[in-house]
Amino acid sequence: MVLILLSLATALLSYLLGARLNRMTAFALALLPGLGALILGVGTVDLPWFSEHIRLTLAPNHWGLVMLVLTNAMVPLIVLAGWRDGVHFSLQVALTFFMQAALNGVFMAQDGLAFYIFWELALIPIYFLALRFSEGDRFAVTLKFFLYTFLGSLAMLASLFYLYSQTAVGDDGHHSFAYAALQAVELSSTEGFWVGLGLFLAFAVKIPLMPFHAWQSDTYTQAPAGGTMLLSGIMLKMGLYGLFVWFVALAPESLRYEFIADWLNFRDLILIMGLAGILYGAFIAMRQNDAKRLIAFSSLSHVGLIAMALLTLKSDGTNGAVLQMLVHGINAIGLFMVVDIVERRLGHRDLTQMGGFAKSSPLFAALTLIVVLGTVAVPLTNGFPGEFLMLKAVYNSGTGACGILAALTIVFCAVYMLRFFQLSFMGPEKQVLSPLSWNEKWALMLIAGMVLYLGVQPQVVVDFIQSNTEQWLNAIAESGGMLS
Amino acid sequence: MGLYALILWPLLGFAINGLLGSKLPKTVVGMIGTAAVLIPFVSAVSMWGAVQEGALVSRAFTFLQVGDLHIEFKLLLDRLSLVMALVITGIGTLIHLYSMAYMAEDAGFYKFFAYLNLFVFNMLILVLGANFMMLFFGWEGVGLCSYLLIGFWYHNPEFGYAARKAFVMNRIGDLGLLLGLFLVIQHFGSLDYQVVFSEVAKVSHPQWVYTSIAVLLFIGAMGKSAQIPLYTWLPDAMAGPTPVSALIHAATMVTAGVYLVVRSEALYALAPVARDLILYIGLATSLMAAFIGLKQNDIKKVLAYSTVSQLGLMFIALGCGAYSAAMFHLVTHAFFKALLFLGSGSVIHGMHHEQDIRRMGGLRKAMPLTYWTFLIGTLAISGFPFLSGFFSKDEILLHTFQHSPVVYALAVFSAGLTGIYMFRMFFLTFHGTYRNSHYPFEKVHESPALMTIPLAILAVLSVLGGLLNLPHYLTHNMAEGLAHWLAPLFVFGDASVHVEASTEWALLGVAVSVFAIAFFWMRHKYISQGAVAEEDADMPASGSVLAHKFYVDELYDSLFARPLQRLGEWMYRVLDRKGFVQGTDALGAITLWKARVAARLQSGNIELYLIIMVLAAALMLGLEMFA
Repeated sequence: MVLILLSLATALLSYLLGARLNRMTAFALALLPGLGALILGVGTVDLPWFSEHIRLTLAPNHWGLVMLVLTNAMVPLIVLAGWRDGVHFSLQVALTFFMQAALNGVFMAQDGLAFYIFWELALIPIYFLALRFSEGDRFAVTLKFFLYTFLGSLAMLASLFYLYSQTAVGDDGHHSFAYAALQAVELSSTEGFWVGLGLFLAFAVKIPLMPFHAWQSDTYTQAPAGGTMLLSGIMLKMGLYGLFVWFVALAPESLRYEFIADWLNFRDLILIMGLAGILYGAFIAMRQNDAKRLIAFSSLSHVGLIAMALLTLKSDGTNGAVLQMLVHGINAIGLFMVVDIVERRLGHRDLTQMGGFAKSSPLFAALTLIVVLGTVAVPLTNGFPGEFLMLKAVYNSGTGACGILAALTIVFCAVYMLRFFQLSFMGPEKQVLSPLSWNEKWALMLIAGMVLYLGVQPQVVVDFIQSNTEQWLNAIAESGGMLS
Repeated sequence: MGLYALILWPLLGFAINGLLGSKLPKTVVGMIGTAAVLIPFVSAVSMWGAVQEGALVSRAFTFLQVGDLHIEFKLLLDRLSLVMALVITGIGTLIHLYSMAYMAEDAGFYKFFAYLNLFVFNMLILVLGANFMMLFFGWEGVGLCSYLLIGFWYHNPEFGYAARKAFVMNRIGDLGLLLGLFLVIQHFGSLDYQVVFSEVAKVSHPQWVYTSIAVLLFIGAMGKSAQIPLYTWLPDAMAGPTPVSALIHAATMVTAGVYLVVRSEALYALAPVARDLILYIGLATSLMAAFIGLKQNDIKKVLAYSTVSQLGLMFIALGCGAYSAAMFHLVTHAFFKALLFLGSGSVIHGMHHEQDIRRMGGLRKAMPLTYWTFLIGTLAISGFPFLSGFFSKDEILLHTFQHSPVVYALAVFSAGLTGIYMFRMFFLTFHGTYRNSHYPFEKVHESPALMTIPLAILAVLSVLGGLLNLPHYLTHNMAEGLAHWLAPLFVFGDASVHVEASTEWALLGVAVSVFAIAFFWMRHKYISQGAVAEEDADMPASGSVLAHKFYVDELYDSLFARPLQRLGEWMYRVLDRKGFVQGTDALGAITLWKARVAARLQSGNIELYLIIMVLAAALMLGLEMFA
């Protein structure tokens, strides 16, 4: 609750400050919720909301806590260097904080309706940010993004209502939206499939999984940099988090639903979607000249693997996936920041028109290289441990061919990320970039620091989530979802 | 601290030079960089006695622990890793010294030393790691440094391309290695060498487990050690500064694949199919690269193909199960190939960046020290009796003879080709007449002492390197030192040679005569007849195929690179834009059309609204009444 209230307060405050809000103040405000939570504790809340039995329950599990750390650590960096200077700065910052509040709610909610409300609430600020500040045909692009995610969310709401109606009636004679109650509902395979499908759609769109990605590349590319960072760095983690916590764990029965008897069930289908996304995103990223679109497709490729790993229902795969959700947030924000820093100076993002930045900006080149290596998952950068665990789980649990195809990502990712680095920072010097401003420099240095730290000490995260993961996997196995 | 002292020095050197190097004077940067490699060399030497007693282990922290999987950040110094560490830091020190002069004019001097130190750090992790994960850290880390150093002169897009090619090809190999590690975890429950190999020694798994792991690990070795089909990156890697070619692409990194197989001897002993694969891939690589080497005119490219060919020879030894023979050749090759590369660097330095041997000639007068040391290197690699290469190559040939006469014949043929391309290059460079009209002979100069001293030391090592593992027929007391040193490590043991003494002498005769034929033929052609390598335009078809390296690059390009590019292009333009994105738009358009139809009802005609309202109210009342 501390997190949400402080985020809302800082949102209001920065809106009121208007033109008087400078970058340093905004950064300090952005740190407030996180620091507040560190001092006061995240705090659990259980209040009556719509009525005595539809309650607001906020009590983060350990996965949620990791996502809270991501949210409240990365929002300050987005404020620090994601938004450009200008007359709209305070509005953008205010909406970012509003978004932070909603995201914090999503990752803490232990109650179906509260989860849904925060989930939809998060759409509002990003909708306005994208609508107001996107480039190109911003109405069409933003509308498509909105409709896509909104339709997905409606399907989720229907499923949640159905689950609610099936919960055991408590002493007070009412059903319950509480997470534990929803989880306890036993569903038949077909029933489970429809409930699961509704939940799945919301998350598949948000992640996005192939083939629900049609909104993604245009939105990521045309949205303002800060918005893209919020979307790719944090908001899509709502989808991945939801995919496991609010879909797999709630309706594990659906995973067994057979489309083609003994040959293709719902879980297989999701695994295939993930795999398709890995390859599809990678192939396309290899040929993009718009730096931002390249990273958008690279992101599609990376989240495909995370989704696959979550669906392995193996301890190494799921733990690796959560680690990678954190890591992907850091690296995606870093990469989009790099592209925006370049775009601010050149006015375009066309890789074929860039070259040789390393000569005039060696520090910028070194920091970018670190983030690039993290994305390529070179050992001792943050991308490696998660990718190792995920690929191992996919390889050992599925068919070998599936694992090998997924593991091709380590080759393809090197191809497109090094091409990106080559065309922009290496080669003959075509432009001289003006030096990084203090805020850009610090934001990138902090990100590079996280890339290296988590590359050497991934166990810090894994230790934190491991027992939580085991509980879930046991619960799923017990409810007979997918015996692994 | 223990073993960490070995790896932390180069890391420290990297940090200091990387962060502060631009502000320090070049001499200080160079000295820091060199000291960061020299200190671990001295400590490794001092640990010799301790290692003889038993392996040293240092554990730092848990890297990953998930479920049953437990991966430690842990170092191991045993007899094998000590040999590797000595080669890396010993030759590394000499190359650092050399670089202080070679790179003196370069603006990126501090960056160069930082990268070199980072490389040594990663290479030491590779060989000192106590588990496969540490090996993989170093494995990918050296790949990264190789990428950075090949593309060191990054303003040249071709060099950048070569760097990316190296990284990506290595990653293909790494994919195999990674899958191999997954299987190791799956079947042996750990990545720790001790655990894995003692599990393997029980021979309690089905055959295919050993075979598939062995093959997958070897795919990793193919990438790193430039074997068919993943070898084409290494010749292109010559884009990097010459000391890099000497250290990374000749003496140390490219031998990591050999180290991996020797380290995993227990596995390979149980996987004869995988060993055969190694043998034939090594043989094919050795021959193919030697053929290509015959027609290369870039002094560094000749040496690069020679390296590929010699690595092939080491894999032939591994395929025969002769692990210590492979290690022996690894060490002697590190001596003479580092010498040859540094010598070629001295030539390039003295001729102001000229690398084409057709534009050289007669350099022996201008660069006497380089000439004599280069001669020693050439003799050593071609198998001149009693130099280091003679012994190490001969031992491998002996093993192949024992394995199969056909393999032996082909391996001898490959060794003969080595002599031919090496002496062709040597005579064209140092003998005959000077052929460069753009750079007057008077300006060609001998390199400074900082460069020639490492040459001299390496020349001595190239001569005496054979002492490490002398054959039985020369001595009884000092014979097979390296083999005896490594023997305690092997679970199933090293292949031993048991041919009759007369056969051994006969084989020796063959080796010497092959050397003699190559030497005198080339001497006749390039000195007595004064022939010069033909210009590209005058080349006959057969030579052209070799000069174009059998068109393998072109083949890979049209088989893999371009189809993938076209697929990516098609996926974006057709599948994504026309399919998914416009498909969604079409759905939207249909919805809009339906909305327009519905909107016609909202015509603003109040009468119509009223009529509908009344009808609806009547309907509802009616329903209510009948319900």
